[in-house]
Amino acid sequence: MAPLKLYGMPLSPNVVRVATVLNEKGLDFEIIPVDLTTGAHKQPDFLALNPFGQIPALVDGDEVLYESRAINRYIATKYASSGAALLPATPSAKLEVWLEVESHHFYPNASPLVFQLVFRPLFGGAPDPVVVDKHAHELAKVLDVYEAHLAQNKYLAGDQFTLADANHASYLLYLTKTPKAGLVNDRPHVKAWWEDIAARPAFQKTAAALPLPPPPSA
Amino acid sequence: MAVKLYGWSRSPFVSRALLCLEEAGVDYELVPMNKEAGDHRRPDHIARNPFGQVPVLEDGDLTVFESRAIGKHVLRKYKPELLGAGSLEDTAMVEMWLEVEAHQHHPAAGAIAHECIAAPALLGRMPNQAIIDENVEKLKKVLEVYETRLSKCRYLAGDFLSLADLSHFTVMHYFMATEYAALVEAHPHVKAWWEELAARPAAKKVAGFLTIGSGVTTEK
Repeated sequence: MAPLKLYGMPLSPNVVRVATVLNEKGLDFEIIPVDLTTGAHKQPDFLALNPFGQIPALVDGDEVLYESRAINRYIATKYASSGAALLPATPSAKLEVWLEVESHHFYPNASPLVFQLVFRPLFGGAPDPVVVDKHAHELAKVLDVYEAHLAQNKYLAGDQFTLADANHASYLLYLTKTPKAGLVNDRPHVKAWWEDIAARPAFQKTAAALPLPPPPSA
Repeated sequence: MAVKLYGWSRSPFVSRALLCLEEAGVDYELVPMNKEAGDHRRPDHIARNPFGQVPVLEDGDLTVFESRAIGKHVLRKYKPELLGAGSLEDTAMVEMWLEVEAHQHHPAAGAIAHECIAAPALLGRMPNQAIIDENVEKLKKVLEVYETRLSKCRYLAGDFLSLADLSHFTVMHYFMATEYAALVEAHPHVKAWWEELAARPAAKKVAGFLTIGSGVTTEK
């Protein structure tokens, strides 16, 4: 089977969201670079894959998909028998809830934080403290809910690691590399959940592949 | 036992769930809540939804929150064809266009509807024109993509109606009451798709709940 093609910038957390699931399923894939800094995402050949001009896009044979969460759901469904089972055998309303919680509570705050604290410096800029404070404050409230939930549940949808947990991994990875890592690390159950995800061999493979610059020397 | 939905039906999120219940033909009870009285912040509601939001669905011993999760739960159980069930490709297209609704359409159209309708009616302030203008530019680009898509397929996920289409209805109903409805009307296929959605009996019933800005207050 030809490797799947994942279009995007290898460091982009939404691209890494998909790489996380591809690795959990043990699938062969290549990252085809789409350089946002040169506007490649607005060129006709990329727009032919995602007319909204955003990364990632996935090509699996004749199937072309965009929106990282939809891509992940497709991979988890099509390759259900490969690698880790990310979807339960019987549909779970609790899984659907926590997939939405990631999308509408966690991501809207984690994403601007990671952009300000990781990507702006990477491109020579400085974080905007107003944006950072606003989203750190909001994410703290969200993670308080996660803390209570994870005190009763090993993983978000219950006893098993699922797509709901996997969809958080890329932003958790970046967040815990920033001065706001305490949002995760100061909450014992959130911290334990993150460390469990981070210890998964498939996720270690995903993280190791990231072309991150070395941390500044102490 | 009837399914219960908690919330105030003028909310496009609560009504998104109501539309799914109506389309699925499910026997349900709407349990009205009072936003002004802070019903959503009371412990009994926080126990149902720790984020303190509406809607919340109770189905037997299951409690479901987030309107699109409620929609998926209801349709999977009662009308799976609206999720593209039975075809991997159809299901993938429904999921993708539902993500598009949530992350491309809603932020722009919802912001415009919020400024034009909710801000004056509920927050007692004038619309913020800068926010409107920024979102009009975004929505224009989004609608161009929709026009191309709907020129090729009758509905967003393909030639079948799905949750991806239905999920747009309640926010669009408010949006189409603003002067910016012209943005939709400028695209013949988007316009036709919208009119067909709005003509559905379930949509007409739910439209009656969407009363923000109409001067009608409903206890529901």
